[in-house]
Amino acid sequence: MKVLVAIKRVIDYNVKIRVKSDETGVETTNVKMSMNPFDEIAVEEGVRLRENGSAEELIAVSIGPKQAQETIRTALAMGADRGIHVETDDEVEPLAVAKLLKALIEKENPDLVVLGKQAIDDDSNQTGQMLAALVGWSQGTFASELEVADGKAKVTREIDGGLETIQINMPAVVTTDLRLNTPRYASLPNIMKAKKKPIDESSPADLGVDISARLATLKVTEPSSREAGVIVEDVAELVDKLKNEAKVI
Amino acid sequence: MTENFEDIRSSVRALCAEFPGEYWRKLDAEKAYPTEFVKTMTEGGFLGVLIPEEYDGSGLGLSAATAILEEIHQSGCNAAACHAQMYTMGTVLRHGSDAQKTEYLPKIASGELRLQAFGVTEPTSGTDATRIKTTALKDGDEYVVNGQKVWTSRVEHSDLMLLLARTSPREDNKKRHEGMSVFLIDIREAVDNGLTIRPIPTMINHATTEVFFDDLRIPASSLIGEEGKGFKYILDGMNAERILIASECIGDARWFIEKASNYARDRNVFGRAIGENQGVQFPIAKAYAAMAAADLMVKKAAQMFDAGEPCGAEANMAKMLAADASWQAADMCLQTHGGFGFAEEYDVERKFRETRLYQIAPISTNLILSYLAEHVLDLPRSY
Repeated sequence: MKVLVAIKRVIDYNVKIRVKSDETGVETTNVKMSMNPFDEIAVEEGVRLRENGSAEELIAVSIGPKQAQETIRTALAMGADRGIHVETDDEVEPLAVAKLLKALIEKENPDLVVLGKQAIDDDSNQTGQMLAALVGWSQGTFASELEVADGKAKVTREIDGGLETIQINMPAVVTTDLRLNTPRYASLPNIMKAKKKPIDESSPADLGVDISARLATLKVTEPSSREAGVIVEDVAELVDKLKNEAKVI
Repeated sequence: MTENFEDIRSSVRALCAEFPGEYWRKLDAEKAYPTEFVKTMTEGGFLGVLIPEEYDGSGLGLSAATAILEEIHQSGCNAAACHAQMYTMGTVLRHGSDAQKTEYLPKIASGELRLQAFGVTEPTSGTDATRIKTTALKDGDEYVVNGQKVWTSRVEHSDLMLLLARTSPREDNKKRHEGMSVFLIDIREAVDNGLTIRPIPTMINHATTEVFFDDLRIPASSLIGEEGKGFKYILDGMNAERILIASECIGDARWFIEKASNYARDRNVFGRAIGENQGVQFPIAKAYAAMAAADLMVKKAAQMFDAGEPCGAEANMAKMLAADASWQAADMCLQTHGGFGFAEEYDVERKFRETRLYQIAPISTNLILSYLAEHVLDLPRSY
């Protein structure tokens, strides 16, 4: 089995996001970037399939600027065999990402594609679903457990109010939820080995995909700051405020 | 621009996040060794960074090693419990026989063998190491060791130790640094057979000891390199040690500066953040500038070392400037925190005590100044 994981370079989850003063987006210059945490989980799941013998090859794909190669190196240090970098400095919307991944699927013929359920920068939660639709594959989204055997994948999904276990035919697209696994840290010997693993470079034009934006961002603003609370004297005052001021009951 | 080793740094940072202040506070109270932390760093392969690939290490230079240690300290952790596993092997690597290298280095790289103790200093001879009194006298195919060492750190957590001992009396040698030899001793076999270890409780949680040799017999094959040349062998490891310790100071300084900045932004007194006062801001900014300048010297020294250039002056200056910067930052951080800085739960007082050590170890600031005066400025030797 061949597994492909898609990874995105995003602002590190520890960084306090600052909105640009012209409200066109968030500040990314001199900001620490790292792999989208959900995608780390996808890579870890791929590495585990590789280690338990289910997969023979694990390919990590990233779409983005030159520096996305650093993110691919991280995946290679975790245990992916090789990388593919689709270089573009443009903002790539979920549909364009799905189209690029489709083009790569046609080239690489993987049996399973694993990706994060969403990226923590735009929280779109669309790429996996769009990709499954474009290639006509089964999909198992929000996975908290994944078992692959005999051409089928058993996916336990996190849904409102509990878990749902489905069995889908391969090839399939699986998107990861937080509890699927705990990603490993790359050891120094593996970081060194990753430097020697190959990364293929291509571009949206090479793959024949038009990535021009379909959406226009009008403006990006900070959430309004939270105002201080008040302490009420008694229950009656609380009920009165909820009813007449907040108008929620 | 020089390589920053961001890939290595981010992995170290992620590992260190598993060992928060609470972990170190508990160890500090119990004066206990950070076994779990050391195990994690060992398993991650980070302590084998300097061992060549042919001996199963990562074969990287000192610049990469400084990135690792700096990152550990910047994360609020402390590498003192394991940094010597990185560099003590250097003496074996540079001067050991092929048989010794093949036998020990791969196991040191994997962590199966711990070589992180080095016996040089004695109660009656500190920096003046040519006056050591511990002797190792040849007797057939063995050496018999007698004497005493002090401030020998991590012996209780090491399988092997390097030992500097006199193999011929100081008076019999033309030069004072001749007649000393380096031995690689198997501590596991030596304990209770002539080696006694006695821990020394100290101001910080640092597993240091004094060790006693009483007719300890070691095989002649324990000798590293040639007999009588040991002092030269250990000297060339000292530049590496100074540069590595300097990077820990830079990491400490960064930790103090970040801790102080966060506190200054968040702590409100008289209805405003204390960080709005220049009286609070300026010492933080000054500490930052001092750290950034020292960092440049540490990087320069590491690059020179990696290029094989003589870097005695730079290694010494890096150590002094970085230790001064970390101490300045520590004092500033405690002052910024006011009374809360004394509360153990803020970790500031512990790091403050820990970083104070670097004014003294592994070489005191005065000796660095003497070195610069004598060897760089051509002033008369003052000691």
